[in-house]
Amino acid sequence: MGIRFILMVNKQGQTRLAQYYEWLTVEERRALEGEIVRKCLARNEQQCSFVEHRNYKIVYRRYASLFFLVGVDNDENELAILEFIHLLVETMDRHFGNVCELDIMFHLEKAHFMLEEMVMNGSIVETSKANILSPIQLMEKAT
Amino acid sequence: MEQLKTIGRELAMGSQGGFYQSKEFLDLVKSIGEARSKAEEDRIVLGEIETLKRRVSEPDIPKRKMKEYILRLVYVEMLGHDASFGYIHAVKMTHDDSLLVKRTGYLAVTLFLNEDHDLIILIVNTIQKDLKSDNYLVVCAALNAVCKLINEETIPAVLPQVVDLLAHPKEAVRKKAIMALHRFYQKSPSSVSHLVSNFRKRLCDNDPGVMGATLCPLFELVSTDVNSYKDLVISFVSILKQVAERRLPKAYDYHQMPAPFIQIKLLKILALLGSGDKQASENMYTVVGDIFRKCDSSSNIGNAVLYECICCVSSIYPNPKLLESAADAISRFLKSDSHNLKYMGIDALGRLIKISPEIAEQHQLAVIDCLEDPDDTLKRKTFELLYKMTKSTNVEVIVDRMIDYMISINDNHYKTEIASRCVELAEQFAPSNQWFIQIMNKVFEHAGDLVNIKVAHNLMRLIAEGFGEDDDSADSQLRSSAVDSYLHILGEPKIPSVFLQLICWVLGEYGTADGKYSASYITGKLSDVAEAYSNDETVKAYAVTALMKIYAFEIAAGRKVDMLPECQSLMEQFLASHSTDLQQRAYELQAVIGLDAHAVESIMPSDASCEDIEVDKALSFLNGYIQDSIEKGAQPYIPESERSGMLNISNFRNQDHHGASSHGLKFEAYELPKQTVQSRIPPATLASTEFVPVPEPMSVRESYPTTIVPSASSDAESTELKLRLDGVQKKWGRQTHSPATSTSSSTSKKTVNGIKQVDGSNTSNSSTWETYDSRKHVEINSEKQKLAASLFGGSSKTEKKPATGHKISKPSSHMVEKSHVRKSSMEIASEKKALVHQPPDLLDFGEPTVQSSDPPSVDPFKELEGLLEPTTQLGSTAAAATNSPDIMGLFTETPGGTHNKDDSDILSSLSKQPVTNMVGGATSTQVAQSSKGPNRKDSLEKDSLVRQMGVTPSSPNPNLFKDLLG
Repeated sequence: MGIRFILMVNKQGQTRLAQYYEWLTVEERRALEGEIVRKCLARNEQQCSFVEHRNYKIVYRRYASLFFLVGVDNDENELAILEFIHLLVETMDRHFGNVCELDIMFHLEKAHFMLEEMVMNGSIVETSKANILSPIQLMEKAT
Repeated sequence: MEQLKTIGRELAMGSQGGFYQSKEFLDLVKSIGEARSKAEEDRIVLGEIETLKRRVSEPDIPKRKMKEYILRLVYVEMLGHDASFGYIHAVKMTHDDSLLVKRTGYLAVTLFLNEDHDLIILIVNTIQKDLKSDNYLVVCAALNAVCKLINEETIPAVLPQVVDLLAHPKEAVRKKAIMALHRFYQKSPSSVSHLVSNFRKRLCDNDPGVMGATLCPLFELVSTDVNSYKDLVISFVSILKQVAERRLPKAYDYHQMPAPFIQIKLLKILALLGSGDKQASENMYTVVGDIFRKCDSSSNIGNAVLYECICCVSSIYPNPKLLESAADAISRFLKSDSHNLKYMGIDALGRLIKISPEIAEQHQLAVIDCLEDPDDTLKRKTFELLYKMTKSTNVEVIVDRMIDYMISINDNHYKTEIASRCVELAEQFAPSNQWFIQIMNKVFEHAGDLVNIKVAHNLMRLIAEGFGEDDDSADSQLRSSAVDSYLHILGEPKIPSVFLQLICWVLGEYGTADGKYSASYITGKLSDVAEAYSNDETVKAYAVTALMKIYAFEIAAGRKVDMLPECQSLMEQFLASHSTDLQQRAYELQAVIGLDAHAVESIMPSDASCEDIEVDKALSFLNGYIQDSIEKGAQPYIPESERSGMLNISNFRNQDHHGASSHGLKFEAYELPKQTVQSRIPPATLASTEFVPVPEPMSVRESYPTTIVPSASSDAESTELKLRLDGVQKKWGRQTHSPATSTSSSTSKKTVNGIKQVDGSNTSNSSTWETYDSRKHVEINSEKQKLAASLFGGSSKTEKKPATGHKISKPSSHMVEKSHVRKSSMEIASEKKALVHQPPDLLDFGEPTVQSSDPPSVDPFKELEGLLEPTTQLGSTAAAATNSPDIMGLFTETPGGTHNKDDSDILSSLSKQPVTNMVGGATSTQVAQSSKGPNRKDSLEKDSLVRQMGVTPSSPNPNLFKDLLG
């Protein structure tokens, strides 16, 4: 299955985007997010960008005030996931231009659309920024 | 001027590209963004829920407005509140004609509903309709929803359409159709088992995106059934080769690596296919070797691919050259300053040592460093490695470390894991029983409630069996030390239940064995335990049985038993216990105390817990009695399996009855039994008949105890006792795990324990102990010390002597490491400098090379195809189509003002106008350059906007990514 969830959480622990690839109830999500964010916030810059949590491995990366967290299975290449996060940020950056937390908040659906193009069934399916963004650009133009 | 720009930016944010947003929405997002605490956020969201409940039910909501409400619902749920009141509106929105509104509807539905939700049935129809749409973006939106919402039951409703879409002219649709099929496979493999060949076909798709996506289902298929996909090895290898040779469109490059995510997926698949298959592996050696050489080890993504190569190399049939490359890569990882790389290095090392164990040695210092690192993640990974490389020679150091770590952590999930690993290693490699018991004590003390009860039983067995029969003094020494340590541990305030059971058992068996402790001392301790843990029935049961043993040993030794007053009160309490088990034990104890020394000794011989109880399954001791009975005219017993499978009634038929009717019911009255005739029939002939007389077994059962008891040997006695006990246990459904269930005989304990396989493994286990032991005597002095020293150089000072070679090499390796560190830190510093100089460039990292190496002389995919599917002729158009998005992508770099120009370009690229690569390259350079300048300004603007809107960035950094990218 690979990727189990993708979260964007700011450093106050507020969720800014959440996409799960396996079903969890709202309560379970809330609890899980709380635990994970607490764990990741407690870590410093020198430490690994990977944290084990229950049966997940969390790969996280911090951009200014925003944390990107990806929960993966045990046999996933953590370093590749770390770069996948960066690819996601680069893609958003290409679209929004110097993307920031507010861009994601104001355009939550677009951020989700990008993720929908990049990840399906918990697997990375598209890594070309042009391919990821073209449906969104076309939609923008159509409306 | 600046102000004007800011206002423009704000407008742009509010209504970027037609994604209309109202003031209300902006205010909501703003207030959520400003919330200082979870409580404040909750208040805002609860207020929002009330607003939305009112709003969504208003009539005639414009669809723009509705879309916004749905997004606000998404916010509500994302922040942890229930938005189920609005689900139906999200479902309705999927019917909308507008693509954007529809897709937002689908998005909301996939976020809100799981596949078993009642509303799904309402969406299936819409999905079916949308899958037929002319607009491929609508089809894509529907396919996204298919992947998330279709469950096993609804698969047939969309399956035919999804299969048709696999041949859709648009690559985006084919890609998503493949993933939908993949989803169906995950949900219900049988529903698509006849369509699996489609995955193979799509592997040869013209579009690299479709090919890349197809690798996901293929990876899963290969991992479930490797052998059916061996024929694809050549295809995978050739794809990987072309990817590595940069034949894919540049759009797939990431940080100058050609399609690294596709490479990684391919390497994963190859690792599966080549595992244990020499022939398949040989096809892979060249390409994996090439990737090793080509990978840029200065970038994260390069290292990610390298890591995957190592995984692949350690999985496929070993190749010395590749193993060498892998080892080099690992040592680079381990010597790196980055914790991430160290982590990957440790993991990779764990994989490689399975094939070449000697590689661990050269990295001992790095491993020790990681083990001592304050970073928990790294530490755990290192423990995982140590677990994999544990041998009888280093087990002590490793397990000691693990236990220290286990004690230090609070996370129960990991504590359980590491405790079970300690037990496993200790059982497998223990150098001595003494050590094993110490380790087990520690594990029980600190994680007793987390370990399996079997572990305790194994330890009991070990203490009982000791080293073996040849060394009795060592055994008793072992037991004495166990008793000592347990009496000491009993002083601790809180002891896990499993550990208490173990302690009670050992004290009962061996507490008074060496004469060091008096019976009253031990019984006092035992009743303290029963008292202190009065709500744990199992512990109490163990304690009572232990008391009984102590008293029995005392009586057998001819000493007078004085029950301590606290024991007496305890017994009284137990005699009236609600637990029948405790009651029984207490009564048995009473009965045993009343017997004379001789009887007690035969019931409860001391130190007999490992004596084998011969269970005479044939019940041969009954032979004489049976013979007597048969001679008196009884019918012999016929095993159940040999009786006819007919109704029971047929078993009662008179033996004189003719065989012809034996297969039917007999309706006439039974004849009278002819006793005299029966008795003369020899047993052999009778055995072959199917008749079982009813009355005889009855009489056997009745007379059985009386006939047996007088003539019984001690063997037979215990068997007999056990038999009756079994009956009792079954009757009351008691679990048989507790040794103390034995009524009176300690010899019966092990069988009562009932774990026959334990008994079986018993012997084999003890023999392994012995072999380890003997090896220990031979090798321990030289081998163990040397390895412990070489593996754990710094930690064991006294053992350094034999490892002189290492001593010399140590400082030098340190030097090497240091110099390397210095060098790499220099590199990093220079990199950093570069970053500092022009931060806005970071995102353009990939672009310059895109331009420099852009004009490929050959159509990349034509070649790819050529290899995979020589007959395709769409090559050139496909290449044009796949290249154009890249150009388009470059155009999006232009600042927002030039949208119009942008748009026309997208259109042109979509209509597959042959934009040449050269032109694209040239424009993009310009664009890239022009976008570099204003970037910083942009970010400043955004920052000021953010402040203006009242969202004060709470960090010292403004909410900007640019300085952190890279």
